[in-house]
Amino acid sequence: MNAPAGIAGEGKAGPADRSLETKLRRAERRRSLNAFLLVAPLLLFIVVVFAGPILSLLYFSVDDPKLAEVMPLTAETVAEWDGAELPGEEAFATVVEEIRTGYSNRTVAAAAMRLNYEISGFRSMVMRTGRKISRIEGPPYKEALIGLDKRWGDITYWRAIKASAGPYTTRYLLAAVDLQRRWDGSIGAAPPERTIYIDYLKRTFWISFWVLAFCIAIGYPMAFLIATSEKRWSRFLLVLVLLPFWTSLLVRTAAWVVLLQNKGIVNDSLLYMDFIDEPLTLIFNRTGVYIAMVHILLPFLVLPLYAVMRNIPASQMRAAASLGAKPLAAFLSVYLPQTLPGLGAGCILVFILSLGFYITPALIGGASDQMLSYLIAEFATRTGNWGMASAIAILLLLSVAALYPIYRGLVRGGSLRLG
Amino acid sequence: MKTIGRSFRPLFAVAAALGVLSGTAEARDFTIASWGGSYQDAQREVYFAPFSQESGTAFLEDVYLGGWAQFQAMQDTGQIPWDVVQVETSELVRGCEEGVFVQLDWSKLVPKEDMLPDAVTDCGVGMLVWSVVIAYNADTVGKAPATLADFWDTKTWTGKRGMRKGPKLNLEYALMADGVEPADVYKVLNTPEGVDRAFAKLDEVKPLVQWWEAGAQAPEWLAAGDVELSVAYNGRITNAQKDGKNLQMIWDRTIFAIDSWAIIEGAPNQDAGYAFIKYTTDPGRQAAFTKAYAYGPTHKNGVAMVDPERAKSLPAGDNLATGLFGGSQEALDFWVDYQEELTERWNRWVAQN
Repeated sequence: MNAPAGIAGEGKAGPADRSLETKLRRAERRRSLNAFLLVAPLLLFIVVVFAGPILSLLYFSVDDPKLAEVMPLTAETVAEWDGAELPGEEAFATVVEEIRTGYSNRTVAAAAMRLNYEISGFRSMVMRTGRKISRIEGPPYKEALIGLDKRWGDITYWRAIKASAGPYTTRYLLAAVDLQRRWDGSIGAAPPERTIYIDYLKRTFWISFWVLAFCIAIGYPMAFLIATSEKRWSRFLLVLVLLPFWTSLLVRTAAWVVLLQNKGIVNDSLLYMDFIDEPLTLIFNRTGVYIAMVHILLPFLVLPLYAVMRNIPASQMRAAASLGAKPLAAFLSVYLPQTLPGLGAGCILVFILSLGFYITPALIGGASDQMLSYLIAEFATRTGNWGMASAIAILLLLSVAALYPIYRGLVRGGSLRLG
Repeated sequence: MKTIGRSFRPLFAVAAALGVLSGTAEARDFTIASWGGSYQDAQREVYFAPFSQESGTAFLEDVYLGGWAQFQAMQDTGQIPWDVVQVETSELVRGCEEGVFVQLDWSKLVPKEDMLPDAVTDCGVGMLVWSVVIAYNADTVGKAPATLADFWDTKTWTGKRGMRKGPKLNLEYALMADGVEPADVYKVLNTPEGVDRAFAKLDEVKPLVQWWEAGAQAPEWLAAGDVELSVAYNGRITNAQKDGKNLQMIWDRTIFAIDSWAIIEGAPNQDAGYAFIKYTTDPGRQAAFTKAYAYGPTHKNGVAMVDPERAKSLPAGDNLATGLFGGSQEALDFWVDYQEELTERWNRWVAQN
């Protein structure tokens, strides 16, 4: 019933009101422009350091210029070829000429490396052909090239050239989810011994899930203790949480290596106290990864929880008790709902951070405890295959993005109950 | 800039401009990149500092972390932060083929015939011979192993084994333990059956293996008793002996390779690079370097100048009699071709129980 009244009120506004309105609107616009100008440097900063890298990441994962740059005519020829049967003399002649020039000015290797992504062994085949290319003096090029290496007569190699012709490719993105594109354009499963990426993704989620579970189990009571104990105690406990938080991640990881090794402090103490007869294997396995990651990520759960819990008056629980609620019921219906925003924020922080963990599993985990970031590092630094590194990074990015709605739901649900 | 898409050039131009602003521009001193750590400390003492003093060339140092990333960045941005770098053969060959390294003018260097034949390549000058060996802790091992086959004997040596993470070295070791002669290893590996055979042999020890990533881990684990036997770099074991650890190694079926100096294409101080590389091939200095680090000289006269007692722990002479040369053309072709495919397969294999 309010709305019609509002509209009626607006309808009655006189000219004086209207000019006031315009002035107000102008002032409002000026203020928002000022505000925008104030944040503009920040916005630019975010675009340059945040959106820029992500865009270039996307770009690197589909960019495929190598072959077309070094062997442009070959790329053109195979692009027109239908891939059904071995290409004709013309294509062979083009390949011979472009390997000849590419080999003499040392550019062909980059293209050969790209072809090797399609079929292992293609690189050395091209380089070997390059070394012997001077033996081919004239047509027919087809026989001559097959004479140098009989694999040139195998259609799968020509299809690999077609697949590398660029300028864009979906191969890295498909490979990151254990798929490949066949020569006829259909998409199918990658060969079984090369399908590792989905397994790594699952493992990454699995490890993160358990790290989160342990963090909640330890962090919730801990935050409760800090929020409800006497001031000097709570300060002391808070310092205990913050001190490791301020220490470098690498230092803490290295410290865990020292603590957890076979003759480390943990094992020595347990042996000394006769709890165990033989040292426990705490390092280079999943156990060690969980211990170190939970320790490193715990503050990210405790701090938001503590911030929320600190504002819950202790009298509420007493009130609940006086109204007849048993402690558990009071906790579940009065205390827990109010901590949900903090818990949600903490959980999502811990989970997202652990999805991207690299150095801790690398140093403390065994070979079967590595997460997706390990593969990214492997491709980016060791083999220099940035397309693959970018594609896996996108896989990781999308997994994180998929979690965002859950986070929104958790936080909103919590604040609704608060209000 | 040739590998960067047109639409991204402005972005990289900004990055490059920032690089110039922060002072990484042209007129820098002669810059050497090597493997860092105590290794580079030893190199500085024997090579860098004396060279700088004698030639009056000021020099800077940097650390090369292995792999291809740093060279890829040089190709893409055109920024060349180093003049000379010490690389393993697989990067040397790739860099030479892709034009990252200068094709050397050997007339400015030591006569080719004075060097070990494998130390002379188009783009690199062999700097030292290194190797991986089977090592053990003589204080804790029940019985000293004598051959590579003992590493696979899980009845006599029941403890854990340290091996390097990744397929490289391990596939070679597996085939040799399965009876393949060193000369045939890469021929066998070049067939799908050969690779299957190597993985099957690795399956036998897999439950006992603890995989190391950094070279320093192997001697640490041996000394701490975490593993009973371990694959290790020979130089690391000798260093641990110097620190009083009773670690020993066996030379049966050692895998050895050569690290080389290379000059980077487009680097501003190439003449200093040539002078420096020539300086490091002096046999006397190479012999002096073996005192600090137990890696073999590449100059033919270098070994003779080493103290005979020390020579016993170097990858040189008789120690390499049953060894596999991991720097041969067929070894390199094999690994550059199959690195990625086999790493994927290895990652899959290692996660299966």
